[in-house]
Order: sequence, then structure tokens, then C-alpha cells
Amino acid sequence: MSKEPIVIDPSRSGRLDRRSFLKLGAAGAGTLLLLPDSASAATKVKTAARIVIAGAGAAGLTAAAQLAQRLEGAQITLVDARKAHFYQPGFTLVAGGIKPASYVVSSTRDYVPSGVELIEEAVAEIDPEGRKVVTATGKPVPYDYLIVATGLRLDYAAIEGMDVEQIGNNGLGSIYHSPEKAAATWQAMSKFADSGGVGVFLRPGTEMKCAGAPLKYTFLTDDHLRRRGNRGKAEIIYNANNKVLFSVPIVHEKVRMLFEERDIRMNYERTLAAIDLGKKIATFKTAEGPVELQYDFINVIPPMRAADAVRNSPLPWQEGNWAADGWIEVDKHTLRHKRFDNVFAVGDVAGVPKGKTAASVKWQVPVAVDHLVAQIEGRESQAHYGGYTSCPLITRLGQAMLIEFDYKDNLVPSFPGIIAPLEELWISWVMKTMALKPTYISMLHGRA
Amino acid sequence: MKELDPLVFWAVFQEMLGAPLLWLMLVVILAGTAAFFALLLKERRIDSRRLVRAEFVGVAGGCLALVLMAKVSSSGFTDAGGPADWFLIALVFGLGLAGTTILIYTLLGWRSRV
Ligand SMILES: Cc1cc2nc3c(=O)[nH]c(=O)nc-3n(C[C@H](O)[C@H](O)[C@H](O)COP(=O)(O)OP(=O)(O)OC[C@H]3O[C@@H](n4cnc5c(N)ncnc54)[C@H](O)[C@@H]3O)c2cc1C
Repeated sequence: MSKEPIVIDPSRSGRLDRRSFLKLGAAGAGTLLLLPDSASAATKVKTAARIVIAGAGAAGLTAAAQLAQRLEGAQITLVDARKAHFYQPGFTLVAGGIKPASYVVSSTRDYVPSGVELIEEAVAEIDPEGRKVVTATGKPVPYDYLIVATGLRLDYAAIEGMDVEQIGNNGLGSIYHSPEKAAATWQAMSKFADSGGVGVFLRPGTEMKCAGAPLKYTFLTDDHLRRRGNRGKAEIIYNANNKVLFSVPIVHEKVRMLFEERDIRMNYERTLAAIDLGKKIATFKTAEGPVELQYDFINVIPPMRAADAVRNSPLPWQEGNWAADGWIEVDKHTLRHKRFDNVFAVGDVAGVPKGKTAASVKWQVPVAVDHLVAQIEGRESQAHYGGYTSCPLITRLGQAMLIEFDYKDNLVPSFPGIIAPLEELWISWVMKTMALKPTYISMLHGRA
Repeated sequence: MKELDPLVFWAVFQEMLGAPLLWLMLVVILAGTAAFFALLLKERRIDSRRLVRAEFVGVAGGCLALVLMAKVSSSGFTDAGGPADWFLIALVFGLGLAGTTILIYTLLGWRSRV
């Protein structure tokens, strides 16, 4: 046997490799044939239908990609004025000092499938009787099928005294606003983690996207304070809008236990009504009248409602809890409009009991698309959305709980027996920081 | 998420690493494995002393895999909180170890035969 030192000499190891390399090249080409694009090409449905998608965010782009894959000859048009695309689930990481603002910003154009038109204008009016939408410049866009995916509007103006320009200054944070303001919130929170004081956290009284985000940010602030040895100098107060911290009872109990363990004070049935940015006083509406809280740092999360163009259209629920905020009246299992059968709503704008997350978009869009394609084909679709919603609930830097649930408040873990949903795990954090963005981007391309 | 379709995994990994790096890794893994088996066929035995040396480098490869993982996930294996985490740590270390060991064993083997 030869006694060789452990030296890797590339000049001497190339002999065999060329042949097997060529073989591997052939195997690689074989794998390419299995990729989804070519696999589905054979089963495309031919149609001349005009399909308009209002809103080119997570749900609109995903719908466009899936329709383009399944239809041939359809005229698919996205309508959205926003040129930038935001990976919003990353906002929490930006505001937590874990990722830079650039991590969440890309361009809408990057995801528009070939053959799909993008009109870079907002929808100003939706006319389901006349089967058309009208853009901000007054251009009518007629449709045979409409998918509404306009997300939601952050109603900062509903909080008296709030000024989004001030986010980042004087202890004012707001992780929802935009990538820049999420980064500015990190500056403000980091200052607070150095000095201590009173940290005020809250959620709005309306429906909201990613109901876990207000909790995550409370946990992250707590952890930053601890890591800097300043937790003893700080008081953290979380204000829930109703009687629970989270709408799924078993998750509420778990979060309550963690909050108690971390010495986070909880108030229930309080919503932020006004804020004095100069004096740093937040005024909450409660059953006993207004309550003032003096803060050193606050994370303002505003009420959320449907876009005005949707609220002013005939599409929202006409009565019940969701009528006032304009959420669209769709069947919760098919996402088809209850009164206009050629209209669907997917993503945050859909008036369904759960599901305002990007993870829900992944499960909603294929269902709506299948019903739409079935309608074109004249068949009945069996596709069904059960309310899947997911929210990797960060509980400290390096750990999260992978919480997934449905309309029935059941936990529906993707990895049962492996990743426990109510356990604080590193693997769940790893998924949130490493796997989620690639999964999201693949979803926009119609590949996941 | 729910359907653990291998194609979805492929798409996600492609997004995570970028297509060129993913293909390069795949080629290195496949070429390494092929070269390893070709070596086995030729020698018709495992050279235990060479294996021990390769395993030494393998341990370093396992550690490197863990360090890389900690870096890209902005966290560390010290954040482990339950059995799934220990499993993940073992998996990452194990893959780094096994991959490096096989690669080094194979390289040394072919090198000594040239
Ligand atoms: C801080 C934060 C944390 C989050 N964390 C998570 C998480 O951990 N996991 C998770 O799954 N989800 C999370 N989400 C939620 C997720 O980002 C949303 O649920 C998802 O983006 C919904 O997709 P959408 O297409 O409905 O809305 P969006 O992606 O917001 O897209 C809506 C689009 O509609 C456009 N639009 C609005 N009005 C009009 C109009 N009048 N005409 C035309 N276009 C219009 C907008 O410009 C926008 O491009 C988080 C969100 C935030 C803000």
C-alpha cells in the first residue's frame, strides 16, 4: 500500500473523470425533462378567455403563473401600479436586525410569466356587472374572468396622531409599513434594547395579515434586551385586541405560557386609538374607557382593510363582520365569489375566516385556478381549500414554532412526528430563515 | 408544506443555491459517487488506512458543514431545542462527514493508482 500524504492534486486526478462527467451530463439532461414546465405542456386547455388579475403581489403573480401553465391562448392581464415586489414575511427579519432591507425587495417584472401582460396602473374601479375593471387613468379593461388579489391596505390614518414619516424616530416602530420602515424600526428597537424602558406591543382590532407577526416581534425585542443584559431595565407590555393572543386556542395558551415565562405583561381587549409621538403616549380604547400608556418603544400595527377600489365595488360582504372593511364575499372552500360566478378572490383580500398569509396563498391559488379552468372547460372542479394558514412563530433569535392550522382551529403540521408545532425549535427557525423565501419565490414562478 | 413533491424540493433548492451552484453540487456528488464505485470495483476492497485518513478530513468537512449552516441561517446549533434539532445537527454533520470522506478516499485512491 502506498503511503501518501493527504494532498489533493487536481492535475493528477483528471483522468477518469472526463468519461463519467460526460455520462453525468446525459443524466442531467434527462432530469431536465422531468421539470414541471414541459410535463404540464401536454395537458394545456385551449381558450380565448380574457382573464384579468387585479393586484400583482404574492397571490396575483402566483395565479398568473399557474394560469399561464394551464391555459393556451388565454389573454391574461395583471394590473398593479407597484413596480417593486416585497417579500413581506421577511419584514420581521429585517425589523429584528437579522436581514438587511435588500433581502425583501425585488421587482414585480421578474415574476411576470411570458405571455402575460402587466398594466402598471392601480385598479380604480371594479364593475362586475359590466365585466370590466377601470384603471387609475380611466382605461377600461374588460374581462371574462376576474381574480382579485389586491391584498390589503394599512390604515395608519385611523390612528389619531400617527405619522408614518416618523417611523424610526423617537421610539416609534412599525414593521408592517415597508422594507425601509422595517429597517428604521430595527434602529429604534436596537436603541431600546440598549437603554431599556417601557416597550409597548399590540395588534389591530381588524382582520390582519400574519397574525403571528406582532407576537414574533415582541419575542424578538425581549431576546435582544436579554442578550444585551438589559431585560431587567425594561418592561414589555403586549396589548391584544380581544380576549386571546392568537385565534387558535391551543396556540393562544402556548403563547400565554411563554409570555408569562418571559415576564411579558398581557392586556386584553385593547386597541390603539391615538398616539402622541412627541410625548410618547399611546392611547388605547378599552371597555372601561381610554387608557394611556407611556412608552419608550412601540411597534404600531395599524387596522387593515381591503383596498378602496374593492371596498367601493359590489364585491365585498354586504353584511356581517367583514362588510365594513370590504373583504370580498367568496365561498371559503372554493374562493369563488358568491354572487358573481366569474369572479374569484385570493390572498389577503378574500373574506374568509383564516388565511391571510403567504403560506395560505400557496394553497388558495391552485384551488381558485382549478375552479376557473374547470369553468372554461365546462367541468366541475373538486378542488377544496380547508383554510390552511401558517406562521413560523419566532420565539427568540434562533428558535421558532412552526404553527400551521386550518378553518377548524386544528393544527395541521407538515412534518407530523418530526417537527412539533408547539415546541420552540431551531429547525423551525432554519426553515423560516433559509427555506421560506426560496419556497415563496418558487411559488411566484408557479413551481411550488 | 403538504405535498412533498421532489420537483418542489428541486425548485426550492435551485432558488436557494442558484442553478449553477446546484448543478455543480449535483455533478460533484454524482461524479464522486461514480468514481468511488469505480475505485471499489477496481480494487475489490476497502483500504482501511486510506479510509482512516479520509475520515480525519471528513470530520473537518462535517464541522465545516455545520459552520456554513449556522452562517446562512443566522443562528447556531447552540439554539437546538428538541429532538428534531439534534437530528438536523446530526444530519448536517453526517452529510458533511460522509461526503468529504468519500471524496477524499476516492481522490487518494485514484491518485495512488495513476
Ligand atoms: C410584517 C409581515 C410579516 C408577515 N409574515 C408572514 C409569515 O411569516 N408567513 C406568511 O406566510 N405570511 C406572512 N406575511 C403575510 C404575507 O406577506 C401576505 O399574506 C401575502 O403577501 C398576501 O399576498 P397578497 O397577494 O394577497 O397581497 P400582497 O402580496 O400584499 O399583494 C397585493 C398587491 O396588490 C396591489 N394592489 C393594491 N391595491 C391595488 C389596486 N387598487 N389596484 C391594483 N393593484 C393593487 C399591491 O400593489 C400589491 O402588489 C407577513 C406580512 C407582513 C407585512
